[in-house]
Amino acid sequence: MTTNDNTTVKITTNLLSPTIDLKRRYRAERWFKRLGLSAIVLALSFVAFLFFTIISDGYSAFTQSYIELDVHFAEDEFTNENLAKANFPALVKESMRAMFPKVKSRREKKQLYSLISPAAAYRLQEIIEADPKIIGTTLKFWVLADDDVDMFMKGKIDRNQNEDNRRIRDNQLTWIDKLIDDGRLERRFNWTFLTSGDSREPELAGILGAAKGSFLTLLITLSLSFPIGVASAVYLEEFAPENRWTDLIEININNLAAVPSIIFGLLGLAIFINFWGLPRSTPVVGGLVLTLMTLPTIIIAGRASLKSVPPSIREAALGVGASKMQTVTHHVLPLALPGMLTGTIIGMAQALGETAPLLMIGMVAFIVDVPAGITDPSTVLPVQIYLWADSPERAFTEKTAAAIMILLTFLVTMNSLAVFLRKKFEIKW
Amino acid sequence: MKVKSILVAGALSLSMTAPAMAARDYISIVGSSTVYPFATVVAEQFGKTTGSKTPKIESTGSGGGFKLFCGGVGVSYPDITNASRAIKSSEMKTCADNGVKEIVEVKIGYDGIVLANSKKVAPLSLTRKDIFLALAAEVPDPAHPGKLVANPYKTWKEVNSSLPNTKIEVLGPPPTSGTRDAFVELAMEGGCKTFDFIKSMKKSDKKSYKKVCHTVREDGAYVEAGENDNLIVQKLQANPNAMGIFGFSFLDQNADVVQGSVIEGKAPTFEAIAEGAYPVSRPLFFYVKKDHVDVIPGMKGYLAEFSSDKAWGEEGYLADKGMIPMPEAERKLFSQNIASLKTMDLK
Repeated sequence: MTTNDNTTVKITTNLLSPTIDLKRRYRAERWFKRLGLSAIVLALSFVAFLFFTIISDGYSAFTQSYIELDVHFAEDEFTNENLAKANFPALVKESMRAMFPKVKSRREKKQLYSLISPAAAYRLQEIIEADPKIIGTTLKFWVLADDDVDMFMKGKIDRNQNEDNRRIRDNQLTWIDKLIDDGRLERRFNWTFLTSGDSREPELAGILGAAKGSFLTLLITLSLSFPIGVASAVYLEEFAPENRWTDLIEININNLAAVPSIIFGLLGLAIFINFWGLPRSTPVVGGLVLTLMTLPTIIIAGRASLKSVPPSIREAALGVGASKMQTVTHHVLPLALPGMLTGTIIGMAQALGETAPLLMIGMVAFIVDVPAGITDPSTVLPVQIYLWADSPERAFTEKTAAAIMILLTFLVTMNSLAVFLRKKFEIKW
Repeated sequence: MKVKSILVAGALSLSMTAPAMAARDYISIVGSSTVYPFATVVAEQFGKTTGSKTPKIESTGSGGGFKLFCGGVGVSYPDITNASRAIKSSEMKTCADNGVKEIVEVKIGYDGIVLANSKKVAPLSLTRKDIFLALAAEVPDPAHPGKLVANPYKTWKEVNSSLPNTKIEVLGPPPTSGTRDAFVELAMEGGCKTFDFIKSMKKSDKKSYKKVCHTVREDGAYVEAGENDNLIVQKLQANPNAMGIFGFSFLDQNADVVQGSVIEGKAPTFEAIAEGAYPVSRPLFFYVKKDHVDVIPGMKGYLAEFSSDKAWGEEGYLADKGMIPMPEAERKLFSQNIASLKTMDLK
């Protein structure tokens, strides 16, 4: 009997004097909460670490070292009708020599010239072609310094290292110091990085070509995958009969969403390039391939948001005499659209970060000219990151990190847009 | 209705492709990732100074490049392929079968392959025999010379008593890489041949000779570190006991953190590779489709830019990027070949 009494006591305890059992349950709950929290903290600390390393590596790429030159556009250099034929590198060398008249030996001269980027000559050519009247005058210009000088200015080359081990020689150091003292060498905001295409000279390399390639590719992807995705979702959810065929289609769509993306690249190579004969390395092919890749995501998200529209809406519309199509286009689709948009944006963000399928269709390429249209060869942001990460020059390390920063900015913007749209248009039933 | 819409879609897709196929006004180049850093510099220089469109260069690897290049004649196929080895006769046959019968071969310079380690420790002085013994899957049995056993060596000291007592750990490119092909052929086969009984196999049983000399061990001593040479340099910095295999241009750019091992008494310096004294160096090439030279705008200009002295000469900008220039006589020969578009004899 006594044991029986004990059990009844346990059951009737109130919260003011909790039993051991209840305490244990509370403790288990506390631990469960702590576990979840620590998982989030761990994940967030990885993200913080990622952002920290990328930003600390990459922020310096937004400035670039420039050297001021006094360039004399001697008339006898421009005797040829074609101004592009003039020896622009010689003009640059001439003005460097004028600044350091003591440099005489061939070896030293070569070291002196190497302080200036080869881009300086291109810049002079542009200036002359824009305004040929300046021939015969002497003008001051800020031109790009070589990437090694730039790395030195950013503290990535240690002057205390043994001379043989650093890419800036001792006499180059003295020239650099003099340039800095004269106020002729300084770091400025790097517009080149945001306004030009790829280059093999790190100081001249820019992200615009890849960003525009990404934009054109995504434009194609969006304009194809959104209508097709929405139409398929609507058909499958609202019109399709429920039978074995639609089950098969559904299984296949779900499977396609999990297929490794490089398979879509192979498909694109076989169909769009080899069979249709579309040009390699172009946004049109890239867009088509990424369309195939994002379609399942959009269809699945679209169907889910159509499902969440309550049947009462449809029944009411049908009840007042609307046709099936009117029901869908006037009532169901507008209510489901925010969810579909969210799915589309997430699919687009996924497509923006994709490289593997583009490898197969030749978009992993060195392309200097910024693409003007969808049939120009181009590359995309993640591919550009990959290419720079593989370049031997040290200065590309910071460019790589800066390009990642730009890609992350786009991704964060797109994902916040998705969250914003969901919050704004979401309807709770 | 359904049939009609399918037809319309088909017609649309075809009409989309038509203008794209009509012409290509830029040069399309594919091929070796080793030549890529040099070809891109020339392409950029050509585009910036002449105002022509800058050639498009894809880094597909030498083998992948030939596959695309030999696909056929016409604007949808590349005009030039870069290679870190000479074209194979099987590839020439594929080319010929697809109508690519006139190919101009151009050697552009040399590349040294280095076996490097971190500057924190002393540089190694190796022979090709040491390299073979350290990295081959099967080596001559130390107890019974003349027999092969699975590679028993764990440390460099076991390979050669003058070497330090550190674990053999070499980071290198995967088998798809041209650098790996060249390393295996030049360094490992070079060391392999020093054993007489293996050398005699070359005549009697070429297949197993190749297998012995070209197979890299897979027990963890050789780590495939991917195609990214920068990654290997970073890993060497983190692990001073590891060695890495990569091209000379990466050593040149990272001379403050890594050093090349001395191989057979020769350090991998610019001069030693240029003279041909450093044993592990290979020629780099590109191949031009002659039929395209007059069709694609800018082809002649690009070829002229590449073969100009300011590009591939001793003081040229390619040398600044780490390519080892050819001797003058060779440069002259190949620029003549370019000027006259002398095609190869197809075997």
